[in-house]
Amino acid sequence: MRRLILFVPLLVIMAMFFLFQQMIDHDPTEMELARKDKPVPAFALPGLRNPERFFTQEDLKGKPMLVNVWATWCPSCRVEHPYLLKLAKEKGVQLVGLNYKDDRTAALEWLDKLGDPYVFTVFDEEGRLGLDLGVYGAPETYVVDAEGIIRYRHVGVVNEKVWNEVLAPLMEDSGTRESEVKDTRVNESTGSEQGASS
Amino acid sequence: MKSWFGILILFSVVVSGPAFAIDVYEFPDEQTRERYQDLTWELRCPKCQNQNIADSNAPIAQDLRREVHRLLMDGRSDKEIVDFMVERYGDFVFYRPRMSGHTVVLWIAPLVLVLIGVSVVMILGRRNRNAGRDGDALSAGDRERLKQLLEEADHLSDKKNDKS
Repeated sequence: MRRLILFVPLLVIMAMFFLFQQMIDHDPTEMELARKDKPVPAFALPGLRNPERFFTQEDLKGKPMLVNVWATWCPSCRVEHPYLLKLAKEKGVQLVGLNYKDDRTAALEWLDKLGDPYVFTVFDEEGRLGLDLGVYGAPETYVVDAEGIIRYRHVGVVNEKVWNEVLAPLMEDSGTRESEVKDTRVNESTGSEQGASS
Repeated sequence: MKSWFGILILFSVVVSGPAFAIDVYEFPDEQTRERYQDLTWELRCPKCQNQNIADSNAPIAQDLRREVHRLLMDGRSDKEIVDFMVERYGDFVFYRPRMSGHTVVLWIAPLVLVLIGVSVVMILGRRNRNAGRDGDALSAGDRERLKQLLEEADHLSDKKNDKS
């Protein structure tokens, strides 16, 4: 019985082994997403292309989408840009840009030169929406489901690995939820039609 | 040539600003200014994580300072301002995290570890004391066996001596 105590160091070392193994892929500077599973905070910001057109949180509903926080001063944004174009063109992903604390002319130039993967881009000059979202650096990419609920945030470059392993499954989840929503909408509309015909 | 160099040095000293964060904010009274300083001292910069937002010159820290100032001018309480930050950046943003479901370990763990340490020391200490008190005590059987072994050893060494 006494001898069992000799196994305690072994157990401690094994526990540490598993603990450290889990920490290997974990970036300690990555912050938790405080707004996880909460709606996109209310905002009203002009579009990048058209300063007259104001977007609000209502424009981030209806379809699961990726909200990509970017800026021309951010080198990693340039790195991920070609892959974002690929996502939008080849996979038909709904991408919304949030141009964060940037210069409008420079941002427009960037999109003209490198291509525009975004359905629309919101121009957040002072970083107000960024602050409400908890953005602490660009690029950041948020998964927003069809009801405008924030499901996930990826900090850093989006590439094929990140898309396949993390974002695509989440988008699919949001997608099933979306189709349920659609179903109820169809039912509602047919119901009302029936009501109208009777 | 030399004088040019001197002017250059003077120029660089004059032009380069101080390396720490300075914003110009105005406060209605001394008390508000102190609250601003305390808050920026205790709020952590999300980007450069070992600095508070008072020390950091990262753009995000500037934004948060501006926000703290704005909220103070709005007449919000310290708690409201901290809640505002935690709502956006999580418990991480406050150097003194609040007691909640998943920060409870931060508060409890040191206490638990100290208790474990103290109890280990006490158990070891007691065991040593007991060992000192009756550590030599051998049973009658052991004594007998020890005697036998010693005799045998003597016997063997005698034999060895004989041979040499």
